[in-house]
Parts: sequence; structure tokens; C-alpha cells
Amino acid sequence: MKEYSIIGKPTRNVDGVAKVTGEAVYAFDMTLPNMLYGKLLRSPHPHAKIISIDTSEAEKLSGVKAIITGKDTPGGKWGLWRRFPELCDQTALAMDKVRFIGEPVAAVAAVTEEIAHEALDLIAVEYEPLPAVFEPMEAIKDDAPLVHDDFENNINTTRHIEWGNVDEAFKNADYVREDRFSLSSQHHAPMEVHNALASYDKGSKRLTVWASTQSPYFLQLGLADALKMREGDIRVIKPHVGGGYGGKNSTMPDSVNAALLSMKTGRPVKIVFNREEEFTTTEHRTAMDIAIKIGLKKDGTLVAKEVKLITDGGAYTGLGATTLYLAGTFVTFPYKTPNYRYDGVRTYTNKMWSSSMRGFGSVPAVYAAEIQLDRAANDLGIDPLEIRRINAMTPGYSASGEYTVESCGILECIDKMGKRVKEKWNDLGEDEGIGFASFAYMSGGIFNWIDTPYAFSGAMVKVNIDGTVELFTQASDIGQGHNTVSVMICAEELGIGMEDIRLHPADTATTLADLGAWGSRETLMNGNAVRAAAAEIKKMLVAVARMKLGENIVYDLVAKNKRIYLELRPERGFSYYELVKDAIKQNDGEPLIGIGHYTPHNKGMISPAYGMGIQAVRAKVDRETGLIEMKDVLVVHDCGQPINPPAVRGQVEGSTQMGLGYGLCENMPTDNGLILNPSFVDYKLIRSRDMPTIELMEVPTYEPEGPFGAKEAAEATTSPGAPALANAVYHAVGAEFDSNVLKPEKVLNAIRAKEQKGKA
Amino acid sequence: MKKELKFVVNGQTYDLWIEPKTVLVQVLRDELGLKGTKRSCDSGSCCACTVLLNGKAVKSCSILALQANGKEILTVEGLANGTQLHPIQEAFLDNWAFQCGFCTSGQMMAAKGLLDENPDPAREEIQLAMDGHLCRCTGYNMINEAIQDAAKRLQTQEEQGGAK
Repeated sequence: MKEYSIIGKPTRNVDGVAKVTGEAVYAFDMTLPNMLYGKLLRSPHPHAKIISIDTSEAEKLSGVKAIITGKDTPGGKWGLWRRFPELCDQTALAMDKVRFIGEPVAAVAAVTEEIAHEALDLIAVEYEPLPAVFEPMEAIKDDAPLVHDDFENNINTTRHIEWGNVDEAFKNADYVREDRFSLSSQHHAPMEVHNALASYDKGSKRLTVWASTQSPYFLQLGLADALKMREGDIRVIKPHVGGGYGGKNSTMPDSVNAALLSMKTGRPVKIVFNREEEFTTTEHRTAMDIAIKIGLKKDGTLVAKEVKLITDGGAYTGLGATTLYLAGTFVTFPYKTPNYRYDGVRTYTNKMWSSSMRGFGSVPAVYAAEIQLDRAANDLGIDPLEIRRINAMTPGYSASGEYTVESCGILECIDKMGKRVKEKWNDLGEDEGIGFASFAYMSGGIFNWIDTPYAFSGAMVKVNIDGTVELFTQASDIGQGHNTVSVMICAEELGIGMEDIRLHPADTATTLADLGAWGSRETLMNGNAVRAAAAEIKKMLVAVARMKLGENIVYDLVAKNKRIYLELRPERGFSYYELVKDAIKQNDGEPLIGIGHYTPHNKGMISPAYGMGIQAVRAKVDRETGLIEMKDVLVVHDCGQPINPPAVRGQVEGSTQMGLGYGLCENMPTDNGLILNPSFVDYKLIRSRDMPTIELMEVPTYEPEGPFGAKEAAEATTSPGAPALANAVYHAVGAEFDSNVLKPEKVLNAIRAKEQKGKA
Repeated sequence: MKKELKFVVNGQTYDLWIEPKTVLVQVLRDELGLKGTKRSCDSGSCCACTVLLNGKAVKSCSILALQANGKEILTVEGLANGTQLHPIQEAFLDNWAFQCGFCTSGQMMAAKGLLDENPDPAREEIQLAMDGHLCRCTGYNMINEAIQDAAKRLQTQEEQGGAK
């Protein structure tokens, strides 16, 4: 592999000192002079007509500065599927009816948070409750109440994917099995709750919003649609963000209502959700029921797959339509699937809506596929690693027009896993088991449902006379470490030090559009844009150096160690700093600016590249109590060229924690649309003592489409934890599961069921 | 009716008049502007707001500010010595023990409380001491490693007769 100066070397987080000294500012920390506090009044009903709203008593309360209801809003609807206006279904405040418990119906701005809160109690809303529907299979029935009148049978959207000849392939298969799984939702539970600070300038009629968001650009578009304003009149700034994981893509009522209240009062307004609002009224992972059928040859070769699934969409669309698409795609990964058919349905129900969450689409789908594959291997007498090896994709594998996988290290990952498991886990005790699951995910999406006319990512490099660099990018660091990655890429390309670069991230007024941090797109897409911007500068400096050297045109020059020199005669060259001065001076002082952008082309429908690998979980089951102890985890991982190894490891560790949480303990039970566990006491997250050790092994490949060979890293690793855990429990005690969340009672029931089966 | 609160925060003496119902984190963040201490759950169940009260880790959302009367508080802003970072901060940086950073100040303050009492904790002891601290980014292992690394750094510093 190529040796770089900075890429691939363990590098401290460029925001690290600010974060460990408490100086990093999050939207949550921000206030402005004369600022008001906003609060939202929320519906107690899952489905009801709004008959009347009386705000007169609340308005009399001293300190209340503004109250708005649906009729006071411009009525703009918004959503992320902007190419399909009918799916842009969100509103700032409920207009005529409420569709889930927690839907906001009024917003208050007051001089203190306490007064705003008090005012909510004084607003009288008269509702006429309507019949509600909570389960997808109920929602599609002809007599089900409609969540949205225009959507028959509550079908929000459908998706069909097909290639090959599925029916024929099943006929010719030696072995066919069909399984059904029911997968729960999961909450992102970021440590920083949703919050936004909006400031409307009465003079210029422009709006500035600071928000805890994953995509300043998405928020700018959402606000423009909601407020019926021009995008350019809205400036969104993303300060440090206290976690996103897919939960901060959509424009939510916090920012829209803060903006509306600021426009009404002429004062800055801040809305901060409390933890209960975070759990009950922000997006969460999409729950789904999956029917999955596979056909194999005797030797384990997969010949056909058919998947039907129905998702619990909740009251609005969010990124749920994308989830449906991605579930249908990643249920095939990372295996060669010659014949495939998928039908997915997303339903509206009277609940808070589901959307994207880390590994979105893939996490529940992979649960079904990886457990089923183990069952098939078991029936056919094939080792679980061997069945994965037989079917693994190879570099250049293409699924009929949908996707092509260029760099692809899955085979090496499986082989390495086999060796390591034998070496490290040769001492399994009683009731201990090992489970495997493969994983893969995209490096950003190609689909453009947001309908942006801009390049998917842009970056600008401005070089000062002393050689210091100002790097402007709208990419979002939400904790994953992309700020560090973009500075590393810029420094490597220019051959300078990271200390020479100052980053100006995530401000829609000063940076070029970027779609934000979702679907693991920043490293590849923004990385390519940053590299291209820096390459522009390098090209100018190389031209100056070439002129000064007067060398033969065929000689190559490189930028490294703060010099630009002849590759084959390193002593012949100039200091980078000297060349910057020359470049500016000799060109009439013209500013030294480089602009780069990236949009994927000719890469199919899904993504330009795919990260992948395999995970193994070692677990022990207590037959008396049903408790599972997760002992150790192995991960073999192909993320192309790792840009910053400790950051990659951090992503693998964190996503594994989420994946194991999905498998073991995280879910969101509801009763008539009411989420029953909206606190950290009742919503069980994996904690320090629950967390097993993780050993990460990288299998570096080179991804031709990525910056310096890089691609997606460790969003895919959210998927394998839950199925690998279930497979380990099966291996340990023979208990089988058709759902996630392996709580003790479920484990005990499964053990008993297995014992009954044994007796029968 | 407001009551007097006299206490020392990060070495600085403060004399304030506050509403008795005010919790400590409100005074730190809203009165003193020390926003490095975060609020996340406001119900004592995530530990993001942890500070040291007379050297012991406490959840500043769950004690009244007046309970700190006459006592010493250390927050994340008081951890470094001027521009020189504390070994715990250095260890968190080198071990990538944070990502979004929102739980980090609470984690580091609890780590300091632990290491002051137990300078050489085993992994299980760290897990036990830190179990209440939720982190949604790191998966905890790299935090545990950072705390073990910090313990070594503090040990070395002590051997060399370095600063506090």
C-alpha cells in the first residue's frame, strides 16, 4: 500500500482540545442577548380533529411574548423527498388534526423557560378524538382509519426491486426455506437533545439558525419550504453536535417554530426539547416485519432470494422512504445474489414517525438475512463461515444495474475471521456460543430525492500569503471525526501540515453545499471535494515551481513535507511557503483560491462504494435466568484505506455498542400510540459494564472512487451485532429467535421451546 | 426568597444569591457561564453533568446548589493548568475516548474522582465506577483505556515529582 505523510496515521481530533476543556460550543450552550425561550404544546391524542384552540388566557400571562398555532404559520409543508411533493408531509404545527401523541399544536415564546412552560398549561385545545391505527398490518386493511386522507390503505410508499429470474431459480434450487422476522424500533438517544436557536433580522429580513443538525443544507431547505422563504435568505450554522446517528437529518418543529416565533417577536428564540420529548417526538429506527425466502444449491450457493417487508412508518415520511429502499438493497449484501425480488411497503400509523438511524434499512434486514443464513447452513451441514465465504461478493461484482462493488475485501475478512476465532476462542465453556454476521453499507447515496441542483459536496481552499490555509466545507462533523478527516485530506494533498490549516465548517452562508452526515457519505464525497479543491491549489503552485525550475515538461513534481519538488530528484524544488508568495505576487495579487466538488456518476443507483466485513460475538447464556453475557467481539473490516485509524476504531466500537443494544435490550414499546419508556431509566442502553471487549482487524483495500482509496467506515458495523448475538445464543443453547431484543424472558421461552421440540 | 451561596469553583470564590430550588448545574452553566458541564437527561440517569464536590463525583443536576455552600467544586474548565492539559485530558485525546464530546466532561470528572481514590484501577473497577455514565458514541472501551492510560501518566508525573 502507498505510504502517505498523514493519511492512515493515528491523528488527534482537530476539535479534541476544545472538547476536553469544555470550550466546544454546542447549539445547546448558545444564548443571544434579548433571547426568548420557546416551548411546544403537544397533542395527548394519537388521532384527533382539532375543534378549537384558545390561547387568550396564556397570552395574559406576564412574560409571554408570542403564541402561535397552525393558522398563524405560512402553512408550508416540507420533507426530505422533495422530488415527490406528496411525500413532503410535515407542518410546523398541526393544522386541522393531530396524527400522533406529541404532535405540536401551539408554540409559545416567553422571557423564561418556566413562563413558557406555564403558558402551555393555559392554552385550551378542544379535540374530537378519531379512531387510530397503530400496527402496519392493521393500517393496510380497507376499513382502517386513514392517517392522511390522500393515502389509500395508509400506504405511504412502496418499493419493488427485481433482477434475474427468481421463480425459475427457486424451482431449480436444492434447498428452499422461508422465515419471518419482526424487528423493533430503536432510538438514537443522542446525549444532546434536539434544539435550535433562531434569530430573524427585521432589517434585512433574513433568518439565521444555529441547530443540532446532521445537515445544515437539509435544514436550510426544510426551513425554506416551511416558511415559504428563499433558501438564500436563510443561514444555517451547525456548531458542535452532541450526537446524531441518523436522528438529526429531518427538519423538526424545534427549528421551524423557533424561526416562526423569532419572526413574530423580532427577538432571538431558542427551543430545546427535554429528554421525554426527545424520546417521544423525534425520529427513530424503522420497525418492520420481514418475510425472507432463499434458495440454495446443496453446496450452499445462493441462487435466489425473495424479500417482502412492511414497515411501521408512523405519521409522516422523514427518511422512511429511503429506509424502505435501503432495506431492499442491503438485505442482499455482501453476497452474490443472481436472482432477487423485493417488495417493500411503508405504512402510515398514528405514532411518532420512523426514519433513518445508523445503518438505516440495513440493520433490521441484515438481522433477518444473517440468522436465516445460519439456519440454512445448519440444515445443509455447512459451517457458518464457509456458507458466507462461498457466497461472498468479489471485486467488481455487479447486481444488474442496481449496484457495482469495486473494492471488496469480504473474502479476506472471512478468512481472517476464521483464523482468529480458532486462535482466540478455542476454549468455549458450557453454554457458551459463537455467532457470526457479515455486514456492508454504502459510502453515501447516489439517489437524489432531495432534488439538489448542486454537486453532492463542495469545498473551497483559500491560501493566505504566509501559506496558511482556510478550508471551507459544509460537511458535518457530528462526532464521527470528519473535521479531522477533511483537514488530513487537505494537508496530504497540499503536502503541508495540519497545523497550517484552519477549518471553517458547516455554515450555509460561507461554504458550498454538502448534503450532510448521513449514509456514511462525508469521507468519500466531501473527501473527494476537499481533495479536488486542494489539488487546484497544488496545480497552481506546481506551475510556478515548474516555471522556476525550467525543467523538461515530462518530469513529475510532488507536494510533500511542505515542499514542491521533482519526484525523482527531491533536492530540486522549492518551499511551499515560497511558492505561495510567488504565486500571489506574480499574478497581480489574485487570491489563491481552489474550489472542488464531487457528484457520483456511472456508479449505479445506490452508492459509489461499499464498506464491509464480518463480526463474531462470543456469548454465554444462563439457562436458569435467561441472561446473556456478551464476552468478546471480533470485527474484521474493509473500509478501503483507513484515513484516521483510531477514529475508525471509535466508529466500529460505537456502532457495535448500538448494534448489540438493538439485539439485547433497546426497544420502544407503545400502548395505543404512547411510548412507554421515554427516559434513560426505562430505555435500556448498553452501559460500560455490559460492554464486551472488541478486537478490530482491518483488511485495507483501495477504493478507486474514494479519496486516497477510502470509503465507508463503520456504519455497516451497526448491523451485525444483533444477528451475531442471536446466532451465538443459538450456538450456545439452541434457542431460536424471530425478533430482536433478547431479554431474559424471551431467551427462557426460546430455550423451553427448544427443549419441547427435542422431546417431541 | 433568595439565599446566599458562598462556594469555590475551580479555585475562584463566588458569593451569589440564588433561589433555593436552583440545582447546581443551573448555577454553573447559567450564572457562572461554565457550559463545559452538560445537561442531558435532567433526571440523574446519565451522569453527563458530573462535577467534583470536595473531590467526590456528583451529578450536578441532582443536588441543590445550596448543598455546595462552603464547599469546593471542580468542573471541566478547572481541569487544565492554564494551557497545560491535565493527564486525563491528554489521555482522552490520545485514546480517542470521545466523539461528539457531549458526555466527555462528565466522564473526565468522574475519572478524576476515581483516580484520586484508586490510582491504579483494573478494567472491571473502571467499568463499575463509570457504569452510570452514558455514552452513545464510543462504546466505552476506549474511555476505559483512556482512564487506564491516564492512571499511568499520573503515576509517571508523581514519580517525577510533577505538578498536582
